[in-house]
Amino acid sequence: MPGIKSTLNFDTDWSYSPAPQSSGEVTLRERYGLFIDGESRPAASGEYFQSINPATEEKLCEVPQAGADDIHRAVAAAREAFTHTWSRMPAAERGKFIFRIARMIQERARELAVMESMDGGKPIREARDVDIPLAAAHFFYYAGWADKLDYAFPGRSAQPLGVAAQIIPWNFPLLMAAWKLAPALAAGNTLVLKPAETTPLTAMILAEIVRDSGIPPGVVNIVTGGGETGQMLVRHPDVDKIAFTGSTAVGKEIMRVLAGRGKRYTLELGGKAANIIFADAAIDQAVEGIINSIFFNQGHVCCAGSRLFVEESVFAEVIGKLQERMETLIVGNPLDKNTDVGAINSREQLERIQAFVEIGKQEGGEVYQSSCRLPDKGFWHAPTLFSNVSQSHRVVQEEIFGPVLAVQTFRTVDEVITKANNTPYGLSGGVWTDKGAKIFKVTRDIRAGVIWANTFNKFDPASPFGGYKESGMGREGGVEGLLPYVRLGA
Amino acid sequence: MLTASRSVDQIGIQERVARLHSRSIKKESKVQALILALSMIDLTTLEGRDSPGKVYQLCYKATHLHERFPGLPHVAAVCVYAPMIKVAKSALRGSGVKVAAVATAFPSGMLNLETKLAEVTRAVQDGADEIDMVISRGRFLSGDYDYVYDEITRVKQACERAHLKVILETGELVTLDNVRAASDLAMAAGADFIKTSTGKVQPAATPEVTLVMMQAIRDYHRESGRRVGLKPAGGISKAKQAIQYLVMLRETLGQDWLTPNLFRFGASSLANDVLMQIIKQSTGMYQSPGYFSID
Repeated sequence: MPGIKSTLNFDTDWSYSPAPQSSGEVTLRERYGLFIDGESRPAASGEYFQSINPATEEKLCEVPQAGADDIHRAVAAAREAFTHTWSRMPAAERGKFIFRIARMIQERARELAVMESMDGGKPIREARDVDIPLAAAHFFYYAGWADKLDYAFPGRSAQPLGVAAQIIPWNFPLLMAAWKLAPALAAGNTLVLKPAETTPLTAMILAEIVRDSGIPPGVVNIVTGGGETGQMLVRHPDVDKIAFTGSTAVGKEIMRVLAGRGKRYTLELGGKAANIIFADAAIDQAVEGIINSIFFNQGHVCCAGSRLFVEESVFAEVIGKLQERMETLIVGNPLDKNTDVGAINSREQLERIQAFVEIGKQEGGEVYQSSCRLPDKGFWHAPTLFSNVSQSHRVVQEEIFGPVLAVQTFRTVDEVITKANNTPYGLSGGVWTDKGAKIFKVTRDIRAGVIWANTFNKFDPASPFGGYKESGMGREGGVEGLLPYVRLGA
Repeated sequence: MLTASRSVDQIGIQERVARLHSRSIKKESKVQALILALSMIDLTTLEGRDSPGKVYQLCYKATHLHERFPGLPHVAAVCVYAPMIKVAKSALRGSGVKVAAVATAFPSGMLNLETKLAEVTRAVQDGADEIDMVISRGRFLSGDYDYVYDEITRVKQACERAHLKVILETGELVTLDNVRAASDLAMAAGADFIKTSTGKVQPAATPEVTLVMMQAIRDYHRESGRRVGLKPAGGISKAKQAIQYLVMLRETLGQDWLTPNLFRFGASSLANDVLMQIIKQSTGMYQSPGYFSID
């Protein structure tokens, strides 16, 4: 490894006792239902599939496997609600329901955070401090827009589209549901939401919240299932708009299916973000930012800073500090309040990450892994760093969606901008420097939807998020996030 | 040779501090931390009205923290003004508790260097194990780094065998960039410890300033191989704060610094709160403050 050999010892005599979050307030039902037309019901086929805790591999609950009949019923309920209630309701009344959902998420925040952590493997600290508060914030933000659409699009009249089909990923289950639901509802659409196969739990609680909010039946419908269920939803003839967040491969498939059908769609897909650190940066804070940008949520983040570019003159220092910092990451029980890196979301994803690490090694990359002890049961991957790699290496080119960072060096600003843009993706990016002028140049020249300067992974409901190139189309968040859910008239 | 100091991003430091402060330290690890904190305290009295009697009482406290609870460590040092060195020295003979003396026109440092050096020489002759000097902040802020560097090296020479702690008085340096630069300067000039504050200026020690100094120590160690100690002083009066500082220390500098030889708390009232928490962890309930001596 080219980094400086660390002489610091983080295997300390004094260590932290386990500090598990109590899961006492969480009562899991054995089985949940599809939420259609305001009611919970089993799938027409009567089939269920399991959701497991990826940290223990234990079964958490069963959810229905929605089939064609269920999808049809959900879309019909959404259509009915759109035509007869939701689109006719005064906008201020719509806003009240959305506000109510936001408050109820806050009221049930602890429960939701624990469930998110159990179902998806993410550290309770992140679920508690990031996922759930941001989900509530999105509902609050868009609730405010409901009766102000005329101000969002001055001089135009904004009309809802109708029924939206929304398919969300497993990395931020409740938060992604909020990103989809809130703007759609504020603009006056009804919807059918499908959570990811491995993380349906918080969507089941969201269904309870929606029901308890008193929102008219059929406005929000939630169906569970795998990829096939999603396909049925995408292909359904009575859906007006598709919103998808997930892999670029599935995104391309959706575009093929929808080609020539005149339907609206937004896609938020993969990424391989460049995080650029210049020699004049505040190095220790940059290192901390890099750690957070790649190991946040085990690297299951579409905007993760997975390609690191370090100015050559500070390469040894940066990589040495990264390795030291990786040693202090606490990997383990996601429900422990001190855990920094939790469990990989599924066995499938773990195997995918492991395969990439193997490819990286075979391609000649130098690998460094945190020496943390991984639990015996469950799906785990140590924080990993590759150096001695180039733009030609697959671990640099492809989205791994795991705690794996690929590090390269650069010498000049122009060189690093060219390399940062040398990717089919363009979702996010980061730049670390003390020079304001450099920030403006780099952020202007990198083609990505969001670029952070001297920070990373900062989200706000008022700020639009979305990709360039193969990272997708359309924006979520902010005024821009309303646009995909309205038809603008004169 | 001095090279330009690293810049420090204040927002980044604040976020890191907040993250480290969210560590949940419970049960066995809490007791361990509390006992460690106790052993790192520089029990301090620095008042114009200090008298031999007051210092004697403080020294007795230093070695008899809480007789009802056997097995506790003693504090690391007693920190006094120069005229009290002899009193403290005789009161602490054979106890293992060090005597630290503030010098160099503490707390302002507003005196010519020759007189400061004479003060240090005298303090060492009187038996001080450790000298806590202040840097000339006015000189530092006016950009006269050479003066501050020379000042520290001269005081270091005058210290002879005594350990030198260099007080940056970070409350007067204001920016974290200044704190980082002053830390680098002091270590290069030979400081055995760098220390945040005199306790006479607000703000005194803060977690942000302390974290920046830890990072400076880490970088200096990487470059030179020499381990420099750290002493946050002033404003740390609660056990919970002390544990938060130890978390920062553990995750920034690691095992080698988790010792009174390289980390101290400059505090007058911290010891009793730590004691109260230790008793609470052992008995399950808080005892009345009346049971904890206030020397």
